[in-house]
Amino acid sequence: MINGLGKEIPEYIEGIGKLKPYRHTANNSPKVTFQKSQCSDKAMESGKLLPSLKDAILASGLEDGMTISFHHHLRNGDHVVSMVLDLISEIGYRDITIAPSALFPVHESVIKHIKSGVVRAIQGSVNGPVGRLASNGGFNIPVLLRSHGGRARAIESGDLTIDIAFIAAPSADNYGNINGLQGPSACGSLGYCFADACYAKKVIAITDNLVEYPLSPISVSQNYVDFVVKVDQIGDPSGIVSGTLQVTRDPIRLIIAENAARVIDASGLIQEGFSFQTGAGGISLAAGEFIREMMIERKIRGSFGSGGITEFFVQMLEENLLEALLDVQSFDLEAVRSFRENQNHIEMGASFYANPHNKGCAVNKLDTVILGATQVDTDFNVNVNTESDGVLLHGIGGHMDTAAGAKLTIITTPLLRGRLPMVVNKVITVTTPGSTIDVVVTERGIAVNPKHPELENNLKNAGLHVVNIHDLKNEAYSITGTPEDPEFLEKIIGVVEYRDGTVLDVIRQVKE
Amino acid sequence: MYSYILRRTGIYTPGNNPYMIFNSAIFGADTIVLDLEDGVSVNEKDAARILVRNALTYVDFRQSEVAVRINSLSTPYGMKDLMSVVCERLDAIRLPKCEHSEDVIKVSKILDKLELERGLTKGRIKIMPIIESALGAHNSVEIACSDKRICALNFGGEDYTADIGAERTREGEELFDIRMKVLTAASIAGINALDTVFGDINDIEGLTAETRLVKKLGFDGKSVIHPRQIKIIHKVFTPSEKEIKKAMRIINALEEAEKKRSGVIALGGKMIDAPVAARAKKVLLLAKAAGLV
Repeated sequence: MINGLGKEIPEYIEGIGKLKPYRHTANNSPKVTFQKSQCSDKAMESGKLLPSLKDAILASGLEDGMTISFHHHLRNGDHVVSMVLDLISEIGYRDITIAPSALFPVHESVIKHIKSGVVRAIQGSVNGPVGRLASNGGFNIPVLLRSHGGRARAIESGDLTIDIAFIAAPSADNYGNINGLQGPSACGSLGYCFADACYAKKVIAITDNLVEYPLSPISVSQNYVDFVVKVDQIGDPSGIVSGTLQVTRDPIRLIIAENAARVIDASGLIQEGFSFQTGAGGISLAAGEFIREMMIERKIRGSFGSGGITEFFVQMLEENLLEALLDVQSFDLEAVRSFRENQNHIEMGASFYANPHNKGCAVNKLDTVILGATQVDTDFNVNVNTESDGVLLHGIGGHMDTAAGAKLTIITTPLLRGRLPMVVNKVITVTTPGSTIDVVVTERGIAVNPKHPELENNLKNAGLHVVNIHDLKNEAYSITGTPEDPEFLEKIIGVVEYRDGTVLDVIRQVKE
Repeated sequence: MYSYILRRTGIYTPGNNPYMIFNSAIFGADTIVLDLEDGVSVNEKDAARILVRNALTYVDFRQSEVAVRINSLSTPYGMKDLMSVVCERLDAIRLPKCEHSEDVIKVSKILDKLELERGLTKGRIKIMPIIESALGAHNSVEIACSDKRICALNFGGEDYTADIGAERTREGEELFDIRMKVLTAASIAGINALDTVFGDINDIEGLTAETRLVKKLGFDGKSVIHPRQIKIIHKVFTPSEKEIKKAMRIINALEEAEKKRSGVIALGGKMIDAPVAARAKKVLLLAKAAGLV
């Protein structure tokens, strides 16, 4: 069948089920049924703290073919995914579906469990080697990619049923209260595992910092958690949170950042109560810096900053430029410190952040979001999943969620990266539909989605170099030549699900 | 008289860096100076020369004036540079280490020949001499007036202070004499006076203060070593709305007086004499060139 973006989508995929095609506009008011939360299970009388992870796995009732989940707050320092899969393999389970909120390069060991048949399928973001294996045809069932909001929606609606949630817990007490603030593996917010904790049939907390009951403060509470296990180390701190992220010094990236800030200014959004989100990339951080300067100069106090929180946002909170931070994941040590100390630094779960089908999510309250892209096309569709060679190397994150929610969605990208054009005829994979993108900012011009003629006028009047997106693409092609699309085989190796549960695109195996 | 081409900023772009050359027009500098001299090490002179020549043919420099800083003709590279870079898109040669009028005249004569050979309009390629020594400073009037191709006089603060034995400071008091000499020479010749670079790219305050100072002294622009300096310098050198309005009132009063054949011209109780009128004209020309009127 053909979906609303003109993409050929199969009606059914073995191991995933029947697919719903993406329509032209997102289904924002469906009849939603929430699945029953599992928190009513009684705790074992012998107590929740078990001697080993193996005991917890056995006690959880795990069976072949079940689905288990993980969060990615420990990012590239995570030990828990590998630890659990190694044990599951040792015990002899097979055909397990894993539903991590994301996998990182550190999770390369997942590959051996896929090859041996312990892991049958992945529903979740993949970054790096696991994605490469998928693109080379190493999976029988395609990877199902969801955004942060889409994953929470799928769990809450029952599209994704989690049998056992394994929650890496930087701190926990023996009755299952958890936070990410203390301990050697402190990571700050634990927002991505909230839905898992509420809706998984069994929940196992794995900690390397077991504290006296009751833990304080509490992020995930005891009423959701079945078992607690103490291990030596849940992660490597050097891979969990970064030090200070550097604002770009590259003059070309700086000019893109400055233009993005000027676009927001010209749109009239920078005023009292302003709310925004930026990524942790160099251009985004620099754009944030320009916005900060404007707010200081005009004595404007904003409402909130959201998403992945960095030192930059912490500084704005502490300078009283923002009322609050809504933190779904804390990127650096400063963000962890701020979350620990400042009650206006608020932890938010992925559903609160971005589930389009709950009673209200944070992205809907955003004035503007600045996002990156691997490719943008002349329909304003954005790809962040596949590289120019067609290989699946990145997850979706909150890209499609914030784009849909924010009043003004800006994509920043250099027009060229090396010899590759970033504005193209058709993106290889649609991650975020063009209908939710408002402006594309490059160093050689700014393109406005034609559905906003008024905005285009405002930007022109502000002296910004506004160009047609086709001209931008033509300029890129005049320098690089027309890029050849990578060649694909028929086999589908990935499905990009929109946040409402419909299918935007499929990713096929690359021809070697 | 005064040259009306905006030369608020001239950004030095290393001639051996394709990425920077290719993107040099993005930052909106009035002049792009592709550098073959101090920015390029001896073992890369050949490669840079070829790259710059090809860039002049193929790269879109948008509206910017394009100059090449060649090596001095007294080096083994200078003549080769000149032979390579003369083409349709080249607007000017920045000529380093000028000490005598002959330095300029020699280049001008070669340009005469090359323009003819290559079918370019005679005299279209300008020369911007750079004064970088005590002797050059001493001869600056002679140099500035030596050839019709000269459109601007520059100086290089680093080499000059090394030559006179001065310390190079953030405040730049040591440049007082050469600044005055360059300004005088440029005024006599009726060309732009262009200030030296400000070396610390992270010191925005220092750059702003220095730019304000040289603008007050009478300079028309400043050389730039990093794109982030461009906007700051443009802001200082571009007339403000208030200045533009004032200049317009002065010019209007002049025109009115001319119509009435009135000898004494006053505006708001103040006499408009020749220097006031000249300044107002310059402000309007700058504003016009910057697209503000």
